[in-house]
Amino acid sequence: MSETTPIIEMRKIKKVFPGVMALSDVDFRLFRNEVHAIMGQNGAGKSTLIKVLTGVYEQDSGEIFLEGKSIRPDSPLAAQKLGIHTVYQEVNLCLNLSVAENIFIGKEPMKFGKIDWKAMNRKSEEVLARLNIDIDVTKTLSYYSIAIQQMVAIARVLDSSAKVLILDEPTSSLDEGEVEQLFKVIKKLRDDGLAILFITHFLDQTYQIADRITVLKNGEFIGEYKTEALPKLELIARMLGKELSEFHSTTHDEEKKKASAQAVTDTGTLMSARNLGRQGSIAPFNLNLEGGDVLGLAGLLGSGRTEMAKLLFGIDGADQGDIFIKGRKTAINSPRNAMMAGIGFCSEDRKNEGIFAELTIRENIILALQTRQGVLRFLSMKKQQEIADQLIGSLGIKTPSGENTASQLSGGNQQKVMLARWLATDPMILILDEPTRGIDVGAKREIMELILDLSKKGLGVLFISSEFDEVIRCSTRVAVLKDKAKIAELSGEEMTESGIMHTIAGGK
Amino acid sequence: MKTKSIINSRDIPMLVVMILFVLMFGVGSVMFRGFFSMQNFLNLFIDNAYLIIMAVGMTFVIISGGIDLSVGSMLALSTMVTSSLLEKSHWNPVCVILIVLAMGVALGLFMGYLIRKFDLPPFIVTLAGLYFARGLCYVVSVDTIAINDGFWQTMAHGQINIIGNNFISPSVIIAIVVLIAGIFISRSTKFGRTVFAIGGNEQSAVLMGLPVARTKVLLYAFSGFCSALAGIVFTFYTLSGYALDGSGMEMDAIATVVIGGTLLTGGVGSILGTLFGVFIYGTIQVLIVFQGTLNSWWTRIAVGFLVCVFCVFQRILESRGTKEKRKDTSAKAEKTPVKG
Repeated sequence: MSETTPIIEMRKIKKVFPGVMALSDVDFRLFRNEVHAIMGQNGAGKSTLIKVLTGVYEQDSGEIFLEGKSIRPDSPLAAQKLGIHTVYQEVNLCLNLSVAENIFIGKEPMKFGKIDWKAMNRKSEEVLARLNIDIDVTKTLSYYSIAIQQMVAIARVLDSSAKVLILDEPTSSLDEGEVEQLFKVIKKLRDDGLAILFITHFLDQTYQIADRITVLKNGEFIGEYKTEALPKLELIARMLGKELSEFHSTTHDEEKKKASAQAVTDTGTLMSARNLGRQGSIAPFNLNLEGGDVLGLAGLLGSGRTEMAKLLFGIDGADQGDIFIKGRKTAINSPRNAMMAGIGFCSEDRKNEGIFAELTIRENIILALQTRQGVLRFLSMKKQQEIADQLIGSLGIKTPSGENTASQLSGGNQQKVMLARWLATDPMILILDEPTRGIDVGAKREIMELILDLSKKGLGVLFISSEFDEVIRCSTRVAVLKDKAKIAELSGEEMTESGIMHTIAGGK
Repeated sequence: MKTKSIINSRDIPMLVVMILFVLMFGVGSVMFRGFFSMQNFLNLFIDNAYLIIMAVGMTFVIISGGIDLSVGSMLALSTMVTSSLLEKSHWNPVCVILIVLAMGVALGLFMGYLIRKFDLPPFIVTLAGLYFARGLCYVVSVDTIAINDGFWQTMAHGQINIIGNNFISPSVIIAIVVLIAGIFISRSTKFGRTVFAIGGNEQSAVLMGLPVARTKVLLYAFSGFCSALAGIVFTFYTLSGYALDGSGMEMDAIATVVIGGTLLTGGVGSILGTLFGVFIYGTIQVLIVFQGTLNSWWTRIAVGFLVCVFCVFQRILESRGTKEKRKDTSAKAEKTPVKG
């Protein structure tokens, strides 16, 4: 790889959204004949950077150079005209049209004022042949698998004067064989002179395909590295924004040790999963949750934490394996089933999947209980207020009254309302997906203390967080996830931040 | 791995419509003496020329995922303006035709503009168009206006002999020209293919760089043109303009398009299918006339039944298609050759 002028150079890109600094002075370089991966946790600014490059957003300051010339694409179309093409995870093609048409629509070969279908089909076959694909191009696109559809999307781009190809999470719905096929295509295109920007959450795939890696964190540029010069462990550290030496190798939290020492009225195994899995979502895993357990799920973004939670709560149906509740095999295929079995679930997406901002705090708290009771057995207002007030008190939700709307609460207090909602149903098991995200440090502490309290009372808690230190501080055991599979379970001495990192970096 | 199946699964609805038409015509031929004749077949064209023209425009709109409810009223307005200009203002017939067609295009353009500019549902905008055009009819005249113009008389009574003693009317020629144009546009022009793309996935169409906005506006203009032309052809039958003409005809047009295999959700359909949709619609009417004792309203019941059956049939075909595909592609993933 010669260090000539980069085909794309982004300098000091800054983008501010109301209240959020999405990108602050980010630099990015992309060269011909290379596959470049952008890595970063949630909110790192990966997608914002891509959107600036492809003209979806306009940067507030900073410059983009294409082959040394300053550009400022103001729409995806403008970017395409410059030779910057994107293939999204959701294939943006028309399933009702033929493969050939999807490649050529908008630039069909014409003959005597009409579309020359023969030429179009022939040319499509030629373009696909470049990708080593040999299919009937006259069939409708819907006939083919997602993998083929993605190749067709790439083929559409290739026909024009493409210089830069951006692949946004292209592998997330592909199986192993398909990924391999896609990688062959990517390598071929790279060798043909294209610059490829590859975005993925899969660590191993990054190391398989990328020549160079740029790491972002919280909208800031952390560094640009050659892949071979950046060990996995270091990459993870950079993504989390810490130096390796910062990771202590001891568990250091007094409180938790106390908690586990006092250990709890043992209520036996509450829930266990055997070979539970769902294709395209998470590989089959085993899991055991006992009363008083706080089982932490640790992993990078996209490692399958949320997918696992959704499977256990019945939001996504498992396509293999069983769930046992208190030793009895139980079919959990809807959130309602899960609720009846005594499971509560706080979603990571508090705003959209959890809190009803227009309802009062009381109504928000009563919701799950009412659902469990059925619509007919209505809870009297007095009873509702009693339950709500008691929970508001015991969780320390800061509000003048239960009749205020939930929208008036801070993030941390909203999170407590979510907790209260499930506690009202008196659950055995609580699944908490990122309960500490987006709330201030004080509120985080309170939430974590609550979790420990609950576990002392014999509840089983599944705790998900992208902050490894939080997971360790709260949990009695930690399950480590990577690339949509559970790869290890750590406890006791092994349960440290560096332990988790080594486990993730070490592969399966 | 190339497997070119003889029948593309996309064409199945089309085949079914054709077979259904042949069956219905066959049943009529067996049951009723004098039913089976070339002329009786040509009558389908003669009696439904205006519906064919209107349905061609409607097919494009529906393929794009939209709907045009204004076509029946537009036909009426077209008959009113035609008859009024001819009889009250005594304009030149050619001028009248041009003006009426321009009016159809203009109203269609305006509706298309509203739909695109304000991102309004076509259902609502064309519903407004339906009321607006119908109301305008009464502004022109509350009463029937008879047409005595010489050119119109010739068009109304003209017969063109083809194959032996059989004949067609000038209207049929117009309908066939529109049909051929429709087939050409849908298959061989960028505009036509963009319509299919929009119906398949509008967002993708935008991202693929297709002129979605322009196409959507032109679509409704085209449909307006078709219904105005249908109105002119309609006056060749009735030799009059009347404000109540074509009420409910938008539904007939939609029904024939759906029977013809076009998906109401957009993306799939054909002009030829629509022609057969009209044929089936016409055959039902003829069958009921031949039968003699049934009330003509039975046409509606039969059409309603058919529309229902066809929608269910298409849905079943669709879901079977996806199931097959799943099996197929999982097998394919292994087999797709990677020469590399």
